[in-house]
Amino acid sequence: MYHFSRSSAARCVAQLSPLSKTLRTPAAATARRMNSTRVYGGLKDQDRIFQNLYESYGKDLKSAERMGDWYKTKEILLKGDDWIINEIKASGLRGRGGAGFPSGLKWSFMNPPGWEKNEGPRYLVVNADEGEPGTCKDREIIRKDPHKLVEGCLVAGRAMNATAGYIYIRFVPFFTNFNLFSCQCIDYFSRGEFYNEAKVLQTAINEAYAAGYLGKDACGSGYSFDLYIHRGMGAYVCGEETSLIESIEGKAGKPRLKPPFPAGVGLFGRPTTVTNVETVAVSPTICRRGGSWFASFGRERNQGTKLFCISGHVNEPCTVEEEMSISLKELLEKHCGGVRGGWDNLLGVIPGGASVPVLPKSICETVLMDFDALRDVQSGLGTAAVIVMDRSTDIVRAIQRFAHFYKHESCGQCTPCREGTTWLNKIMNRFNNGQGTEREIDMLIELTKEIEGHTICALGDAAAWPIQGLVRHFRPEIVKKFEQFDQKVGGVSIGGWAPSSTVADGLVKGVGAPPSAAH
Amino acid sequence: MSSLFTRRIISGVRQDVAALVRSRQQQIISRRASHALAVHRNTPENNPSIHFEFTPENQEIAKSIIAKYPAQYKKGAVMPLLDLGQRQLGFTSISVMNYVANLLNMPPMRVYEVATFYTMYNRTPMGKYHLQVCTTTPCQLCNSDSIMHAITKHLGIQPGETTNDKLFTISEVECLGACVNAPMIAINDDFYEDLTADGVVQILKSLQSGVVPKPGPESGRDTCEPFSGRKTLLSEKPYSGPDITRPDL
Repeated sequence: MYHFSRSSAARCVAQLSPLSKTLRTPAAATARRMNSTRVYGGLKDQDRIFQNLYESYGKDLKSAERMGDWYKTKEILLKGDDWIINEIKASGLRGRGGAGFPSGLKWSFMNPPGWEKNEGPRYLVVNADEGEPGTCKDREIIRKDPHKLVEGCLVAGRAMNATAGYIYIRFVPFFTNFNLFSCQCIDYFSRGEFYNEAKVLQTAINEAYAAGYLGKDACGSGYSFDLYIHRGMGAYVCGEETSLIESIEGKAGKPRLKPPFPAGVGLFGRPTTVTNVETVAVSPTICRRGGSWFASFGRERNQGTKLFCISGHVNEPCTVEEEMSISLKELLEKHCGGVRGGWDNLLGVIPGGASVPVLPKSICETVLMDFDALRDVQSGLGTAAVIVMDRSTDIVRAIQRFAHFYKHESCGQCTPCREGTTWLNKIMNRFNNGQGTEREIDMLIELTKEIEGHTICALGDAAAWPIQGLVRHFRPEIVKKFEQFDQKVGGVSIGGWAPSSTVADGLVKGVGAPPSAAH
Repeated sequence: MSSLFTRRIISGVRQDVAALVRSRQQQIISRRASHALAVHRNTPENNPSIHFEFTPENQEIAKSIIAKYPAQYKKGAVMPLLDLGQRQLGFTSISVMNYVANLLNMPPMRVYEVATFYTMYNRTPMGKYHLQVCTTTPCQLCNSDSIMHAITKHLGIQPGETTNDKLFTISEVECLGACVNAPMIAINDDFYEDLTADGVVQILKSLQSGVVPKPGPESGRDTCEPFSGRKTLLSEKPYSGPDITRPDL
């Protein structure tokens, strides 16, 4: 469910080592760019791609066409794969799923010299398995702008010369791939008044088929493309591209070793590219309005517009499309009514979903919301899911909840992650109670370093980073908890053992007992 | 959170098994839907001798699902078919798994692997309404504790348990992806968002009286815009294709 589409290159992009900061020249270049006078943010309505974000208009094909979807799609398809990929490259679009790998480059991996000789199906897989805590942008796209996604699949599919696409969707609502065009089935599945995301998407696909936009000779361009929905069943790890592929193949979603990369051997053994919903959904608009239009927003190497989901302690949590490189402070003040209790009440912000390190207020004052700026402060843009925490937050508990999350979502394939996330959870559980000693904080960091980079996919990294961020910026908060607990029980030793802790019948009793299950 | 240590809380439907196991002086880890152990033990309501078969309606749907996957890879359909079975029966019993394995010519163990890996397959009987309470950090920051407390207090059961009238099962789940509308719960397939402790009790009371309340945000906003109304996308009509498309296309 998380969107780190992690190739090794992507991993480098997301690399957060503090050492590298001083060694890298791009950081200096970024700093220079930050001195430029242009202020980012203030995107105008006519430049917003997702015009139906707040359901101003319908979700059906007619409304979509009114919003400019499916306009001149045939012409775009007829321009061919190279043209589309070059437009995407020119737009500077970087993958919106978290890792921020340049999309045009990624798509071009599907067309190496002589790809035509490898006959057979080729797949585009859209990662709608959105589960990164804090992230709810793909849901809004799917349930309100489904045609942008469907058209995007067609355009991206054309660029990759894919023969079919699968949309891997995680949303709970009831759907199955009923017979195309069967209204009876739609009635059968619609329960209650609330539309549901997958049904909306399936309806959009059906409409596109009926209008001749999908299927054989899509849009009359001579290119054939089929689109299916596959439903995930609640596994965060399936947001990793290879485990998503495994999942569509009907197996437990455990990531594969790379290489071979999916562009060589992917779904059903065929060339495949996995991309995020937002990346795909913006591609037709980029083609229609031109790569240079998209590239005119945001800083160099971080161009474009982006959906930001702001949750937590702001007065008005919302999802909004804004220009990349908008400053975090402006994003919160302009769109979300500011931090609860005023800016000075801010404790910290997690700028990109659960897997990126938290930032303290001092950094939040100035940081820009884009890939490079956040990387330079040892965090990341991730999915642009901004989780705001005010001073009432127990930050140790907040991060402990993430440790629990990763423990729960680890697929169990790689030992460092399976055992490591369990240990992180146990230790964070203790720290949350204050049961620990200061020396153990360093041991915790050592543990995260043993997990990070030692697993097949980046779930292990993602589990380690929030804790590293916590210790980096909020170590005194943990120590404060230790002191309080120590005063209460007197003399906590390593492992959280208090003098009165005992073990009987295989159970730890007394103050050293493990915290009971929540609630 | 999840205690790896013994908890002797056992859901009502498994009392008989629990008694048996207790008598052997074994330790039971409580069943908390998404933390369920990957084992199957025969019970009167879930054992391989219970016959299961798709209804004719579902058989048609199953056919169209299988058609989405290449013929030689039809086992790709295992997830949607298990889900279909779960929807028909109410939970993914061992019979559902065996039936799907047979349908797709898969070794049953491959189906068991899938059914135990994904958290949304419920392998024990569930209440009519499955309350999935999100308690991950964004919801936690918006006081999901009070929501969980209100639910457990109102129903008198803990996460992982089913009420005696078989109406409700509570699960504590990880992020459901509606963080802007936190705190939220999912009841079966519908999301109830922007909740308050009082509001969620009203929802439960309404369900108990047989009325399914309207899903969506409780706060009065439509979707994900700010509470006080939208600040962007204010124009009355959309910017249409010809106006904003480059001339050379």
